[in-house]
Amino acid sequence: MDVSSHDVLLVGGGGAGLRAAIAAAEVNPQLSIAVVSKVYPMRSHTVSAEGGAAGVIKEDDSLDEHAYDSISGGDWLCDQDAVETFVKEAPQELLQLERWGCPWSREPNGHIAVRAFGGMKKRRTWFAADKTGFHMLHTLFQTSLRFDPITRYDEWFVTKLLVDEGRVQGVVAIELMSGRIQAITAKAVILCTGGCGRIFPFTTNANIKNGDGMALAYRAGAPLKDMEFVQYHPTGLPFTGILITEAARSEGGYMLNKDGYRYLQDYNLGKPQPKPVLRSMELGPRDRLSQAFVSEDQKGRTIQTPYGSIVHLDLRHLGEKVINTKLPFVRELCMKYQNIDPVKELIPVRPVVHYMMGGVSTDIDGATPLAGLYAAGEVACVSINGANRLGSNSLPECLVFGARAGKAAALFAAQQKVPNGSVLAQATDERKRLESQFLFKTGGRERISTIREGMQTTVEKCAGIYRDGASLAEGADTLRQLQERFADINLDDHNRTFNTELEAALELGFMLDVAESIVQCALHRTESRGAHQRTDFPARDDKRFLAHSIVHRNPDGSSRVELLPVKITRWAPGERVYGELSQTNEPPQAVLTRKAG
Amino acid sequence: MADKIILEVARYSPEQDTKPCFATYEVPVHKEWVVLDALNYIKDKVDGSLTYRWSCRMGICGSCGMMVNGEPKLTCATFLSSYAHNGNKIRVEPLRYFPVVRDLVTELSDFLVKLKKVKPWLIRKDTVPLSQGEFLQTPEQLDYYKQFSMCINCTLCYSACPVVGLDPKFVGPAAIALAQRYNLDSRDQGAVERIAVLAHPEGIWGCTFVGECTKVCPKHVDPAGAIQQYKLNAVLDWLTSFLMPRGHNSQDVKP
Amino acid sequence: MRQEIVKAAPAYTEFHPRWYRAPVSVYWWLGQWRYLKFILRELSSLFVASFVVITLLQVRALRNGPEAYSRFQHWLQSPWMIALNLVSFLFVVFHTITWFNLAPRAMPIWVRGKRLPEFLVAAPNYAIWLVASVVIAWFVLR
Ligand SMILES: Cc1cc2nc3c(=O)[nH]c(=O)nc-3n(C[C@H](O)[C@H](O)[C@H](O)COP(=O)(O)OP(=O)(O)OC[C@H]3O[C@@H](n4cnc5c(N)ncnc54)[C@H](O)[C@@H]3O)c2cc1C
Ligand code: FES
Repeated sequence: MDVSSHDVLLVGGGGAGLRAAIAAAEVNPQLSIAVVSKVYPMRSHTVSAEGGAAGVIKEDDSLDEHAYDSISGGDWLCDQDAVETFVKEAPQELLQLERWGCPWSREPNGHIAVRAFGGMKKRRTWFAADKTGFHMLHTLFQTSLRFDPITRYDEWFVTKLLVDEGRVQGVVAIELMSGRIQAITAKAVILCTGGCGRIFPFTTNANIKNGDGMALAYRAGAPLKDMEFVQYHPTGLPFTGILITEAARSEGGYMLNKDGYRYLQDYNLGKPQPKPVLRSMELGPRDRLSQAFVSEDQKGRTIQTPYGSIVHLDLRHLGEKVINTKLPFVRELCMKYQNIDPVKELIPVRPVVHYMMGGVSTDIDGATPLAGLYAAGEVACVSINGANRLGSNSLPECLVFGARAGKAAALFAAQQKVPNGSVLAQATDERKRLESQFLFKTGGRERISTIREGMQTTVEKCAGIYRDGASLAEGADTLRQLQERFADINLDDHNRTFNTELEAALELGFMLDVAESIVQCALHRTESRGAHQRTDFPARDDKRFLAHSIVHRNPDGSSRVELLPVKITRWAPGERVYGELSQTNEPPQAVLTRKAG
Repeated sequence: MADKIILEVARYSPEQDTKPCFATYEVPVHKEWVVLDALNYIKDKVDGSLTYRWSCRMGICGSCGMMVNGEPKLTCATFLSSYAHNGNKIRVEPLRYFPVVRDLVTELSDFLVKLKKVKPWLIRKDTVPLSQGEFLQTPEQLDYYKQFSMCINCTLCYSACPVVGLDPKFVGPAAIALAQRYNLDSRDQGAVERIAVLAHPEGIWGCTFVGECTKVCPKHVDPAGAIQQYKLNAVLDWLTSFLMPRGHNSQDVKP
Repeated sequence: MRQEIVKAAPAYTEFHPRWYRAPVSVYWWLGQWRYLKFILRELSSLFVASFVVITLLQVRALRNGPEAYSRFQHWLQSPWMIALNLVSFLFVVFHTITWFNLAPRAMPIWVRGKRLPEFLVAAPNYAIWLVASVVIAWFVLR
């Protein structure tokens, strides 16, 4: 078996992966660093992020307010030490990106411009027009080219983590171009593989977001955290799931039901004002807005289309000039993919699966409980997002915790011995598994797409915006059957060269595992909090569930959910208040008293 | 509108074939479907071995470029319905002028080598600590290079450029535009370092100004413009170096 | 006449990608109007050169005295020369128009932080062309 060796190995070349690679290279230029990515790094899904990245820089703002907005937005499920680290380092990281050339939008005097964002009480979201993620990713990628210690494995697909003596010592990966299956060993591995939106039928996530890293860690014995918290974004274009960024609402867009009524006023989100008000109405948090949609739908006040019910996003009153300068990509997307011009027409939208709050459980240095394994970005759960992520917190999360994980892994790697030979035997077994169960297997009866669609409808049905015990239990059963059917999978493609069907099959395997962990966590959490709404347990229950769900995989493949108390530093749990009340009440300093758990 | 359309797709497997051939598939047409949806339909329902790249399906990751009826296109942004009148046939091939790895997948690493050569990163001679805050840049200074920063590396422009076809060493439209993106950035001080690669027969002087790169660019980057501007400045630069042998500023044309 | 060089493609060996490189046809520019247009624009330089050569011949004829010059004039009136000049003229007009249309791209002009619209950069070129043509026409046709 071929093998190559590095000190630090990154799985994933998105925002988190590239930031971590650069951080590791800067900490210790002697180290050899590998970035393994199943797509060319600049294709990673960070590229699609539109709205912006939050970081306190303006004088009227403070770190505490950013922390408070994040914690209350996350329905008090965030680890507050992590949030404090995050808000402190986010502006530094965003500035660092400016130094590397990121074309941030500017004020007339040349300073960084910031915009309002849902759930944020102050303007603190940095943006590069409405292609923030695109510019951040290309800046990081182009900057990374400068660092010689970074070796890239472009279009290599990681299938397994190599664990020996309780320590992660590398990965097995397929080089797509040649079909070669080989081990890449390393003293530390950082997972930066992004989210898993593709488990759901209707998502803003790209085709590559299959929860690979979560499943890799889970199978290797590292637990996942808070998997039941899946964020729906209130404004996706029907059919394609293309995201209309929250920035469209922060610039002043209205949400209208079928009667042209700004329905959010009926859901404790404040009273309609002509101009956008922070933390109110259209600028409320995503979970509340998506839940309001479901209620409108039940009241029959949405519009029925072949691609499900929709409401409208109205930007017409903003005028062509504002739309062209502040939201050019929104206009481009509407015109190119929906055949609609937002300057003149209403945009049809519906809630769409967008972001995974949960992920591989890590500490604030990105370290997982499994030695030598780190995680950062959307794949990880530190947790700063709690039960509901605020828009524009995840791009800076990728930077802050990417950099931290990169540094920590570099320090760890410097103290380790070279990986031992026994992992190579594991790698050979893995190659045999891939060949016999997928690549060269004949006679299977199941198509990938059938099982994938089955999984997607199941998860949507039982773990959508609203959940209940009975349908979750039923969903868990269906997923188990799908797992069994998956073993009988058939591939049309037995070529080695660029076998994307093999890749799709392995991704489906990852997704099935992650889907199961989502359903198990959702079953276990018998309360409603943030993005997890149980109709059979509609209230938040801080007594039992001010805690993270930690899900382990048992040796027999089943799962085990435990609870881990949330870390509270300065902000005692309170009610989440949006609308006018949030403007007057709750100055964050007033609730800094009680320390808990 | 016809409810079916014929897709002729180039197939090539290095393990079985010596050269590409076409396979024909019938796919349903829906109003919202793009060429990529048709390919996904084939892969999911008809032949799982069809091989192509895609990811974002929103025209920003740059993966899904192919020749559609002879023109380089992002297939996720090309509606089937716009070809429905064309005898109901669409021909899909891998991007022209690139080596074909398999079916619709082209070889990209050569482009990445070229990209790295032009040093597409911000070069500073000084080191300013982060504590001093951001480098100031007015919206006008940003506008000056913004267009060239929009490149998604989809390489459609390479497929539109006959020079790329005739001289594989030509650095090519996207890479030069990205070099110019940094040259024009008020924060960058690296224009001099990029001259050696750019002002070279395989750099800007390779370009014969066909102009097609700009026409096919899905993000309106205008690489042709970037190259001609660079040429013009190179000539002016050369002239001024005669008039003022010392003290002129090579390719530093920022506002 | 044409000799086919038949090279057997190397056989596939496992794990070694075998890329297919499509040959670029000598006639790549024939298929599509935009490439043909480009080749025509390139070709137009030959006709510009022909104008230069004619002018040089004219100067020589002038130097060799009135007799030589009238011979030269006579030569110019031959149908071949008229045809050549006509074709050259069309090519030069074609070259000028395509070139003027490209000019705004090669020379963006920024005024107070805004890029001038393309037609504003192209228009002065056309204007100067028109004025020059009128002046020359006035001299010639007077
Ligand atoms: C449409 C959209 C808009 C968004 N807008 C915003 C916004 O405005 N603000 C904000 O803060 N956040 C936003 N987000 C969220 C944010 O973009 C993501 O959370 C973030 O970009 C994730 O980055 P990442 O580095 O963790 O992962 P990604 O960028 O997804 O990268 C994952 C990487 O892992 C690699 N990989 C995965 N699996 C494997 C494998 N098996 N083997 C090898 N490599 C693998 C991939 O190739 C890729 O390089 C948005 C998200 C979406 C979908
Ligand atoms: S799939 Fe990303 S650009 Fe088309």
